[in-house]
Amino acid sequence: MSVLFEVPGPRARRLTRIGSGVAAVAVAAAAYLLVYRPLADKGQFSPAMWGPLVDPSNESFALVWQRIGLGAANTLLAAALAIAGSLVGGTLLAVLRVQLRAAQSRRFAGLAAPVALLLRVLSRVLAAITRACVEVFRGLPVVITIFLAARGLPELGVSFELDLWYVVIGLTVYNMVVLAEILRSGMENLSRGQGEAAAALGLGTAQTTWTILLPQSYRIMLPALIGQLVVVLKDTSLGFIISYEETMVIAKQIIGNLGNPIQVYVVVGAGFVAVNHLLSALARHVQRRLAERPGR
Amino acid sequence: MGVLLDRFDVFAGGLWLTLQLCLLSATGALLLGTVVAALRISPVPPLRAVGTAYVTLFRNLPLTVVMFFAAFGLPALGSNADFLRIPGLDVVFDRLGTDLPYFRFAVIALTLYTASFVGEAIRAGVNAVPAGQAEAARSLGLTFAQNLRSVVLPQAGKAAVVPLGQAIIAMIKNSALAGFFGVVGDLSSVADQLTSVEGEPFLPVAVGISAGYLLMTVPVGLFLDRLEQRRAVLR
Amino acid sequence: MYVKKFTSALVITALGLLGAACGDAAGGATPKVDAAAFPAGSTMQRLAKAGKITVGTKFDQPGFGLKGLDGKPAGFDVEIAKIIAGELGIPADKIEWLETPSKVREDYLEQHKVDLIAATYTINDKRKQRVDFAGPYYTAGQTIMVGKADTSITGPDSFRDGTKKVCSATGSVNGEKIKEYLKDAASQLVLFDTYDKCRDALKSGQVDAVTTDNVILLGFIAKDQNAFKLAGDVFTSEPYGIGVNKGDNAFRAFVNDVLEKTYKDGRWQRAWQATAGKYDTAPVTPPTLNRY
Repeated sequence: MSVLFEVPGPRARRLTRIGSGVAAVAVAAAAYLLVYRPLADKGQFSPAMWGPLVDPSNESFALVWQRIGLGAANTLLAAALAIAGSLVGGTLLAVLRVQLRAAQSRRFAGLAAPVALLLRVLSRVLAAITRACVEVFRGLPVVITIFLAARGLPELGVSFELDLWYVVIGLTVYNMVVLAEILRSGMENLSRGQGEAAAALGLGTAQTTWTILLPQSYRIMLPALIGQLVVVLKDTSLGFIISYEETMVIAKQIIGNLGNPIQVYVVVGAGFVAVNHLLSALARHVQRRLAERPGR
Repeated sequence: MGVLLDRFDVFAGGLWLTLQLCLLSATGALLLGTVVAALRISPVPPLRAVGTAYVTLFRNLPLTVVMFFAAFGLPALGSNADFLRIPGLDVVFDRLGTDLPYFRFAVIALTLYTASFVGEAIRAGVNAVPAGQAEAARSLGLTFAQNLRSVVLPQAGKAAVVPLGQAIIAMIKNSALAGFFGVVGDLSSVADQLTSVEGEPFLPVAVGISAGYLLMTVPVGLFLDRLEQRRAVLR
Repeated sequence: MYVKKFTSALVITALGLLGAACGDAAGGATPKVDAAAFPAGSTMQRLAKAGKITVGTKFDQPGFGLKGLDGKPAGFDVEIAKIIAGELGIPADKIEWLETPSKVREDYLEQHKVDLIAATYTINDKRKQRVDFAGPYYTAGQTIMVGKADTSITGPDSFRDGTKKVCSATGSVNGEKIKEYLKDAASQLVLFDTYDKCRDALKSGQVDAVTTDNVILLGFIAKDQNAFKLAGDVFTSEPYGIGVNKGDNAFRAFVNDVLEKTYKDGRWQRAWQATAGKYDTAPVTPPTLNRY
């Protein structure tokens, strides 16, 4: 039970039960009057609207679900590619920023004075540039990054056959930066003892980062990383602005043919909630398992 | 780059409209989010269930679906969101008072969606308060409400600020979707309008739009970073 | 070993002949076209030799280009494109269809992502700076659709007093045009990405009118018998053309020739009646081609 309140006694439980009963009746009445009746009056519950989605004997049922299947597959494909890309990119970016941070405080004593100065200036400049890039891409909406990828890349001469790649690039660029920040804060929040022990053993900064700090950061940040997975999956729905045939665009096409927007979006929405809920449950499970490990 | 100067009024208008949308939704989300957080930690099990259901629903739905239901589901229920036509507010936020309901629908959708993240942020803050505080309050005889109001919530504020700020930044970025659901003239639809319909060159428009969004998100982000650093020192 | 080689060669030749025969039977109505008949180096020869073509069309316009539940686009634009491809010896199933919403049409032609575009593509001088047009193959006009019981809107001028709300599509010429008749676009104009959404908004009373080309509106009226009607006459002229690469005069002349053939031999009429003609029952005549 929560720390904030006592375990409810018999009187409190009785009151709660009565109150819930009354509230449930009130909510049901409100739902009937405010939601069911207006919708039914407009024919939103008719078989013509719901049939293709829930009734297997309907003539369009098989076709509709084939299209939804295609949309779902495309959504998962884009999400998987974007996640893979952002994991790789994010890791590299996090390592780069940690290295640059460390390089900023080095004195380069062993080298000639002008070279040392140059390296110090260079490390500060590079650190500032990466910081600026991170802030820019973290501050832009994903809609805009996808839009920029789809319109800007062809102008620069980079043009792809499939719209898939614009969606993936837009998603990757944004998520890469978010993951990099998560990993970097994970690495910096590890106890200082780790870094000091590594230095005592004679490991260089690069080695320390790759073999000691990064794996631990991954372990600690795993739930947050899986949380980002959910975000990426939801953001693939933004591919509708460039006609990539993911779930929302397929929904649009089905609606264009059958004219039942509310029904289609209820089904699509339910699908998203189910999948994302499972992913979040996975994240929580992983978090619990990690916390239980012996020797932590 | 000339288009940035020539059409500066279009960019500025887009930025102002997006800013209005964000201010209204942020206020709504903070209010509703506090209610949701209270529901989630309340001693009454049905209220907890309602809170959990709300959060599960809105955290797992894409904002596109939420916006669709706001823009097309509400009219199907016969509502024009007229309750948002608050007399004093529509002097400043002129889109609130018009006959066209789509700005109000966008505000509703964004508020509902962000409130779930705000609620979770506040709940994280409450959970970060050491258990001893609440237990001491209880042993002193404070009721649940007194406990929350005088002991837990003031301390939760410190821990909740960072996730709250992140939720608000995410909301500012999500407002870009409103342009695709009937809100004419906000920053993202300005990008579309200028490049596709009026054929302006792409790069200056992209710079202008990005600058507009960064103008809103970066200051909040920098402020959050500084807060986090100060807390780290205190730790 | 030589026996084996000989038999395998025999089998392969037999299969090849069989395949050719089968191919002929399945090809059906596609005329037999010899790639060498086209001028050397021309787009027509390239496409005929390749045996496939990429066409850009709309996927969300009923009657002209709408992707059906079977995953294939259908409509008047689609039929015209199929006829043109057929004249190059390319059967309908070898056409690759790409969705070209209004804003990407010029980009796709310039990037050679598509070979031609048949997507309710209005010919105008601004677009002629980036692409070339064959046709027109149909002349539409912008008009207004209102609720069946609405008598207050009689034409675009009804919006000048600032009380009526109208809906159109983002990035469309229609949306731009109607702005000229509005008192205050911020409180009168709503833009969505598809006309479907505009239709839903009109149905639930969020807007008072939808404006776009008359044929698209007729498609909506046909589907929803007693809900809508057209208000007033068309107030613009929208000649639809086939978009081709800028400067490809040989291909443009070829497409114009094909269009002229279809006007004369009835294929144009049949294509119209099988698609958009189902909604727009008024008799139509093919427009005069503009060979510039």
